[in-house]
Amino acid sequence: MNLKLIILIAAVGLWCSRAGGAELSPRESEIRAKLVEAILAEETAREAMLLGLGETGSQTVREVFSAWPRDRVFLYEDSENRSVPALLGEEEDAEGMVGATLIATGERIKAEDGQPRRFDVTEVAPVDTDGSLRKVLQLGIDLLSLSAVDPDARRSAVLKLGNSQSPDNIPLLRTKLAKEAHPEVRQAIHEALALLQLGSSDPEIQREAVRSLESMKSIGCLEALKKLASNQEADPGVVQAALRAVSIIEAHISWINFVGTIFRGVSLGSILLIVALGLAITFGLMGIINMAHGEMIAVGAYTCYVVQNLFGAGFGFSIILPINWGGNPISFGLQLPGLNASGALYESYFLFAIPLSFLMAALAGILIERAVIQFLYRRPLESLLATWGVSLVMQQCFRMVFGANNVQVNSPSWLLGHFSVDDIIFGYNRIFVVAFAVLIVIGTWLLLTKTPLGLLIRSVMQNRDMAACIGVRTNRVNMLTFALGSGLAGLAGAFLSQIGNVGPSLGQSYIVDSFMTVVVGGVGSIVGTVCSAIGIGTADQILQQVTGSPVTGKIVVLVAIILFLQWKPGGLFAVRNRSLD
Amino acid sequence: MKSWELRTAAVTAFVLLVVIPCLNVFTEPGFAFHVSDFTINLYGKYLCYAILAISVDFLWGYTGLLSLGQALFFSLGGYMMGMYLMRMIGDLGQYHKPIPDFLVFLGWSELPAFWRPFSSFPFAMSMACLIPGLLALVFGYLAFRSRIRGVYFSILTQALTYGACLLFFRNSLLLGGNNGFTDFKFVLGHDLRSPATQRGLFMATALALVLVYTGCRWLSRTKFGLVQRAIRDSENRVLFSGYAAANYKLFAFVVSALIASLGGVLYAPQVGIINPSEMAPEKSLEAVVWVAVGGRGTLIGPVIGAIGVNALKSWATRAYPDMWLLILGTLFVLVTIFLPKGIVGLAAHLRTFLRRRFKPRDGEGDCDTLATPAQEEPLVNPK
Repeated sequence: MNLKLIILIAAVGLWCSRAGGAELSPRESEIRAKLVEAILAEETAREAMLLGLGETGSQTVREVFSAWPRDRVFLYEDSENRSVPALLGEEEDAEGMVGATLIATGERIKAEDGQPRRFDVTEVAPVDTDGSLRKVLQLGIDLLSLSAVDPDARRSAVLKLGNSQSPDNIPLLRTKLAKEAHPEVRQAIHEALALLQLGSSDPEIQREAVRSLESMKSIGCLEALKKLASNQEADPGVVQAALRAVSIIEAHISWINFVGTIFRGVSLGSILLIVALGLAITFGLMGIINMAHGEMIAVGAYTCYVVQNLFGAGFGFSIILPINWGGNPISFGLQLPGLNASGALYESYFLFAIPLSFLMAALAGILIERAVIQFLYRRPLESLLATWGVSLVMQQCFRMVFGANNVQVNSPSWLLGHFSVDDIIFGYNRIFVVAFAVLIVIGTWLLLTKTPLGLLIRSVMQNRDMAACIGVRTNRVNMLTFALGSGLAGLAGAFLSQIGNVGPSLGQSYIVDSFMTVVVGGVGSIVGTVCSAIGIGTADQILQQVTGSPVTGKIVVLVAIILFLQWKPGGLFAVRNRSLD
Repeated sequence: MKSWELRTAAVTAFVLLVVIPCLNVFTEPGFAFHVSDFTINLYGKYLCYAILAISVDFLWGYTGLLSLGQALFFSLGGYMMGMYLMRMIGDLGQYHKPIPDFLVFLGWSELPAFWRPFSSFPFAMSMACLIPGLLALVFGYLAFRSRIRGVYFSILTQALTYGACLLFFRNSLLLGGNNGFTDFKFVLGHDLRSPATQRGLFMATALALVLVYTGCRWLSRTKFGLVQRAIRDSENRVLFSGYAAANYKLFAFVVSALIASLGGVLYAPQVGIINPSEMAPEKSLEAVVWVAVGGRGTLIGPVIGAIGVNALKSWATRAYPDMWLLILGTLFVLVTIFLPKGIVGLAAHLRTFLRRRFKPRDGEGDCDTLATPAQEEPLVNPK
């Protein structure tokens, strides 16, 4: 589908470039001929011709229609002494002179020496306009917007007419309604019609309009309905109906807000979940407090950035260390060529980036485990300090390689759109995050419970010494488990790169939240982490709505978590065992 | 016991309280041992950090509770002092109004009620004890009652300081928002910009440090200190012996919050600014690192760690502005892995090594000294 769209866009682009050249398309020349005819026509015949031109939706017509009332359309005496209509350009040169184009062909008017001829705005004789002509031209412009190719442009044109409060627009909208096929634009026309009819003097029409707005649950018209309901002079029956409609629409709005909040909460919870799931493994299962978990997230996000650049113009960096070696500063760098891909291939970079960000973060995890953490399995509190040191080093490395500023990661176009059901907007990227969180959780659960590796991981985490006694290579399992946890963090980074900024301290903002999520869920329990992530995400969004400020909401959540742990110190799903600490 | 530590502490106290201020007053800038006003101010700041480090160590090294929220109590103390200092500015601010500038900026024309009593120094000081103390009491009661310990305690205290940090960033709290308090002019009638005042503050901080050190040392020798260390080594055994471990822990938590707050009170006037970034989670982590580098489970270790790491940080940020995070990060990793007892532990190691090499010449009392640290500080909590 995407490919088709791109081909279409390319075709349109090609067509546009041709239209800009000497040859005009047959349709364009027909429109231009009609324009010339209308400008030269008698005033009585003009109106119908102009409105007919409005139906075309053509950009040329719009230019002329908007230039005409500003006296920028004039009759030019050509070399054969014929009067031909011409359009003055907008850009003035140093002497206040402007160029002009012939409306019939779109060509620039040239002087005898072949240079573009310049005109003084005050000296040309513009084609006369009067009040009625201006009105017709305005109507024509509205018609042009209503006939635009882009449905969104049509819709905003309709909304503008609906808010115009002039009943003259009603017949225009009616005729458009008959031709319109797009459902959203049709809906907008219905709304606009009803809104215009509200201003009618006939109570019957007003009541009918109120009823139709009520059945459409039109949010945009709520203000108009409220105004009508508080109007002392209006017909009491109409006021009654308006009051009813207002209450129904307000209930609808609060329903939309409620569902929207829940949806945002679930998607926020999913992000939290992806971030915390890796932690649930390194912290929950292994008992390592990995303060560098946030930097693993950043590794994933930066991998996305690098992959994106490799699909584009390439990626390179160079570092100069402030240390001298034999008189020269030590420096090293890397330059990778890019694929210079475009279109669908470039858009698909994200599909390659997802597994790569997992791999890179897992590799970084293995490195850290071998270098630092393997010495600290029996000193969990000290793992906190060492990994914090690691996190400082990694942050500085990010700064040196990628710069201290945030880098730009573009979302593929298939993540940008949204669809709406019953006025509730669902963004594709949020839906994608939720779906992917579900996939990751299922994958992790399968890995831990259904594979031989999962069995080994669980046995080592339950009792490291006993597992070693029966021949499990605990060193290797530790390494793989840590790599798994870090890889999951990398995946989280890949998603965060689509939602927010990617910078050296990206991970820091999530570290407190994700530790809280694991603790609330119950350390060592994946199910608990899932429940607490969704719960905390939703609670956060709801409290933001209730308290009206994101910060207050967050503080309330933190306090609530501390109180919650009074009630259930082991978290939601405490792992039961008989050992005393 | 640990006579070397006592001797070091006594010498350090003498240097801090007498030698350095004298060198600042009685020598000329050209003299080799001259201590400049800048250095006095800088080391005054380090000493405040040393007090914070002792508060961390009192909890972590002696009670086994790793609190990541000590920076919160530190900055609460700083804020209480800051409120007093803000009132002392009077109408010398940018807007020449009798209320602090940021309140004018927020559209207030008169002082909010809770600001009024802070014109009084004793009130501000009692608040600096009361507010961190109460917060520690309530939070500690909740945490220890439900037996939150170990890693969970660390994470919860981190969440606490994170929440407070977010709260203090808000303008509507009327405590200066993200700019905090700055532009202080007078403390107890003395001009803060004069070197004499700064010297006085330095001496006050040094005195406070010596008192905190002595107090903690005394406390660790009492029966409370014994139970405290017993909790660190095996909380369950203490519980089963009939001690209310939670109460002991609560007391230790409140005491250490008060110590941290004292550090903050002295910090605000010397640094001249207090803002919410002082209570950010990483500030608490930094304090923990000072203790780890210096050597936990001793009282001199945190002081050495706080001064040493901060001096290193000041030097590295000037010499290698792009590299200091690398230096610091690597240092933490290496210290944690190779020096679990910190610099003090290293010193003890070296002493053992040297003694073995060159046969002990003096009395047997010193041999006890060698054995004690190893017995007294089983840093690895046996599971």
